[in-house]
Amino acid sequence: MELILTYLPFYPLISFLILISFGKRLSWQLASFFSVGAMALSAISSGVLVYHLTHIDASVITVHLWEWFNLSTGDSASEILSGVNSTVNISFYLDALSAVMISVVSGIGFLIHLFAAVYMKEDENFSRFMAYMNLFIVAMLILVLADNLVLLYLGWEGVGLCSFLLIGFWYQDKANVKAARKAFIVTRIGDTAMAIGLFMLFKTLGQLNIADLTQTAQQTWEVGNESAYWIALLLLGGAVGKSAQLPLQTWLPDAMAGPTPVSALIHAATMVTAGVYLIARMHGIFLLAPEVMQYVAWLGASTLLLAAFAALAQTDIKRVLAYSTMSQIGYMMLALGAGAWSTGVFHLMTHAFFKALLFLTAGAVILALHHQQDLFKMGGLLKKLPVESALFIIGLICLVALPGTSGFFSKEAIIGSLWSSSTAGPALWWCAILGALLTSIYSCRLFFLAFLGESRFQTSLHVEDSKLLRLSLIILAILSLFGGLISIDFDTVFPVSLSAHQDPSWLHTVAILTPFVGIAFSWFYFSSYRKNQGDNITASSSSLVIFCRNGLGFDWLYQWCLIKPYCALARLNRRDMFDQLIMFNAWYVKMLHETLSASQTGNLRWYAAAIGLGLVGLFTVIMVGVGSI
Amino acid sequence: MMLTIVMLGLLAAGGLAWYFESVKAQSARWISLFSVLGLATFFAVSIISSGSDYSQLNVLVRVPWISAFNIEYALAIDYLSIILMSLTFFLALICILVSWQEIQTKAGFYYFNLLAAIAGIIGVFCAVDLFLFFFFWEVMLLPMTAIIAIWGHEKRHFAAIKFFIFTQVSSLLMLVAIIAMAYLHYDQTGLISFFYQDWLLLDIPLDMARYLMFGFFIAFAVKLPSVPVHSWLPDAHTQAPTAGSVLLAGVLLKTGAYGLIRFVIFLFPEASQEFAPIAMTLGVVSILYGAKMAFAQQDSKRLVAYSSISHMGFVMLALFAFNTLAYQGAVITLVAHGISSAALFALAGMIYNRIHSRNLKDMGGFWHSAPRMGGFALAFAGAAFGLPGLANFVGEFLSLAGAFQIAPVFVIFAAFGLIGSAIYGMMLFQTSFQGPPTTVVNDLSSRELLIVGSLFILLVFFGLYPNAVLQYVQGVQL
Repeated sequence: MELILTYLPFYPLISFLILISFGKRLSWQLASFFSVGAMALSAISSGVLVYHLTHIDASVITVHLWEWFNLSTGDSASEILSGVNSTVNISFYLDALSAVMISVVSGIGFLIHLFAAVYMKEDENFSRFMAYMNLFIVAMLILVLADNLVLLYLGWEGVGLCSFLLIGFWYQDKANVKAARKAFIVTRIGDTAMAIGLFMLFKTLGQLNIADLTQTAQQTWEVGNESAYWIALLLLGGAVGKSAQLPLQTWLPDAMAGPTPVSALIHAATMVTAGVYLIARMHGIFLLAPEVMQYVAWLGASTLLLAAFAALAQTDIKRVLAYSTMSQIGYMMLALGAGAWSTGVFHLMTHAFFKALLFLTAGAVILALHHQQDLFKMGGLLKKLPVESALFIIGLICLVALPGTSGFFSKEAIIGSLWSSSTAGPALWWCAILGALLTSIYSCRLFFLAFLGESRFQTSLHVEDSKLLRLSLIILAILSLFGGLISIDFDTVFPVSLSAHQDPSWLHTVAILTPFVGIAFSWFYFSSYRKNQGDNITASSSSLVIFCRNGLGFDWLYQWCLIKPYCALARLNRRDMFDQLIMFNAWYVKMLHETLSASQTGNLRWYAAAIGLGLVGLFTVIMVGVGSI
Repeated sequence: MMLTIVMLGLLAAGGLAWYFESVKAQSARWISLFSVLGLATFFAVSIISSGSDYSQLNVLVRVPWISAFNIEYALAIDYLSIILMSLTFFLALICILVSWQEIQTKAGFYYFNLLAAIAGIIGVFCAVDLFLFFFFWEVMLLPMTAIIAIWGHEKRHFAAIKFFIFTQVSSLLMLVAIIAMAYLHYDQTGLISFFYQDWLLLDIPLDMARYLMFGFFIAFAVKLPSVPVHSWLPDAHTQAPTAGSVLLAGVLLKTGAYGLIRFVIFLFPEASQEFAPIAMTLGVVSILYGAKMAFAQQDSKRLVAYSSISHMGFVMLALFAFNTLAYQGAVITLVAHGISSAALFALAGMIYNRIHSRNLKDMGGFWHSAPRMGGFALAFAGAAFGLPGLANFVGEFLSLAGAFQIAPVFVIFAAFGLIGSAIYGMMLFQTSFQGPPTTVVNDLSSRELLIVGSLFILLVFFGLYPNAVLQYVQGVQL
């Protein structure tokens, strides 16, 4: 087992190295063989590992590769106290939580690679694309398998870099370049908070191994400990950056500039949930800081609503899905904040299934429409693309959480955990219900605009009739529908929740009915979209809608509060004030030099006059001096 | 003896290169390459075969030089010097390789200067008689100035003079401090001595130590460089030929850090402790100011120069934290920055050779025609912004984690440098390699691939296995 775990991230790594070294010299067949094959190996290994973990009694599998560096220097105070060993190792740690993550990453990753191999076939940089995708998987696997926070940080930055590379994959377009940079720098702000959190953890506990430090923290700190508070807050900073939550959410919608498989893999199923994983992984610390758990819940709820409102006003199909992702991660955060760790992770998994399905199907639709992403230029696709439409409907009903689908199980579980949680409560429960309502409304709007009515485009459809493409979509659809039945036993990872809820009995009914209310509402409210006869309709341009469409003004706010001042500061001081100060000396000396050399004219009359004037001056000074005595 | 042979060998090779270039064109570079390779091998073999433990300073040579003042020719090395010397040798090879095509005029004299500068740097890293140290300090300065002034770009004379005056003025303060120390020794023991290990035994009154420490500190802070005495660096880097920039960023700046460790912190521990808040403030200001200035630049080499200032701020912060972990971080940062900045300058030089411009506005979309170069550029920019897996990350992480034990507030401010470095790093990479393709450039030649490839492999190696260096700097008690 240890060997399988060891090799797990290396298959995609080897494939990455092959693809990046040979580049365009590889044919499409070979490049797909390596990249998809490596993913298949990873997926199979993950399957074996999960089977081993669940069926053969082993709650944790660890492998140690080598010592990265050693933080024990003999002079940190806590180290002397506790005598802990603080080496930072390249080691993997597999428990139920990371098992779920590796299955999602390599399983969904495999399906998306399969899809991408067909989808990106015509791209001239196909092998570079697949190489980046493989590298992303490597970094993501390291992130979820890391046994210490520094290695986790390596994966964390690695996925950020790959996300940057893939958003800017079509680098010749300046908008993509800008989106890539934005994603990297915004998440980097969160990463910096996380890095400070790591320093603080190391200062207070003297170690960065996750299992050990959680144990030490719980033994030595009381609930409400101040260090725990700050550390949890800083780690939360990292999580909100990566998971596109308030206030660092602005990068995600722009990240849709990347190819659609990228949006499915990185910006829906895996990387953006890394923040959720981090908090779940560090739940031991968060439990010691209940205030921070409240913040997590409130941030999740705010993002959930904000993103849902923004999704209502989007015109680009991918941006709707992006805001929807943000909103669903808000649910996960809400669950974590409420202390329902396993529910949050469960929703992470089901969301990965159906959001990957939605994105990939949207990708297929966009491809069929010759890269048209504007919802207002679609319409009537239900008849023209029946298979895709069916798949999209499956994705949507999971998203709205209709009873029986995977989304239903996970989202209901989250909503059910809120009311009586000590760190959440009824107010957040209502937020979650409102969010569910909004989710169903924007999903209906999306569906009506794209699939119902008559078509609002003239071009003929470009139909990619590929079995591989369909196959990956169908597997995802099956997972989306029935993935809710997968039961994961998190008892070895998370503390068993103190159940015995005494929730009012109407809560459950309301939660189940909410999506239907939303659908009914949309059915009438968006009837013009539904019954559209192929006339041109445009999105509303009222200022409220535009405000929502632009992500509720956050971009604008950051533009004026952060970006412009920084650029202005840079521009203002481009010539370096310290240099100017020092060069002033040089200028001064040079000026004196020029003045004095200008006085050396070689002109006799000038010298005579200077001597005469000098004498007069001197004489005057003496006279005045004598006179004053 | 071994070090003397190495230094004289470098000088002799330089002389040979100078002479033979006039006999047969293009011979200078081959002579330089092989002699540096040979001497580096000789150095490595003698260090390994000696089998000694270098965790303390090992005095290798100690013979009288100017006996009237008891000045000696004394050389000693410990692991710190060995690490920095190995870096010097490696980057010397890189320098020769990047000059291969670039330097066509007066090539013989050029290689003489290059090798003389390297000999001087090696001397700086091993001299333990302070007069001798000062001598080497000047020896490395002159050829470096010549390299900038003769083979530099359009404003080379200005930059060379600026470089010279900055270093010269600041080292005069150090000279005063050195002489004062020698007399202090005379006062206490009745004997003038410039020998480092004699000085370590001195009992320096604190009020005096403050001034003396400051004299050394200024000289090394200028060399490091630290804000506000950094402004020679952007000009020197921008105007120097590629190899000049590589040598400047890769090893010359490290002499400043080396001096801070050896002659400021170890000679004046108490005064340095007292001075630490100011030094750490300077470090943090350098980190942030350097990152901000790098972002503002249009000139690619100027950008990298300011990023060096930012990175050296980490070293300053770490050294004055007086924490073993931070010290290890500083040493790793020295090695990592030596490699990564050398790599970035080498790349900037390669781009300059293709489009004859350093202006970022003239660049864009190079990825289209030079994907390999783009990949390496991204990797090196990644190293500059501290991407984990590359050596710089280990250095920054250890520095900050160590300094956080002592001065959390400083580290929190310094951590903003991580954001700043991402901003300028991304800007550098994206404006040159992404965007719509402007000009078609050739991808890396095999010589260039050798240069960037070896630099990259080292960055990854030290990034994933930093113990290769760290095992030698453990157990240093500050």
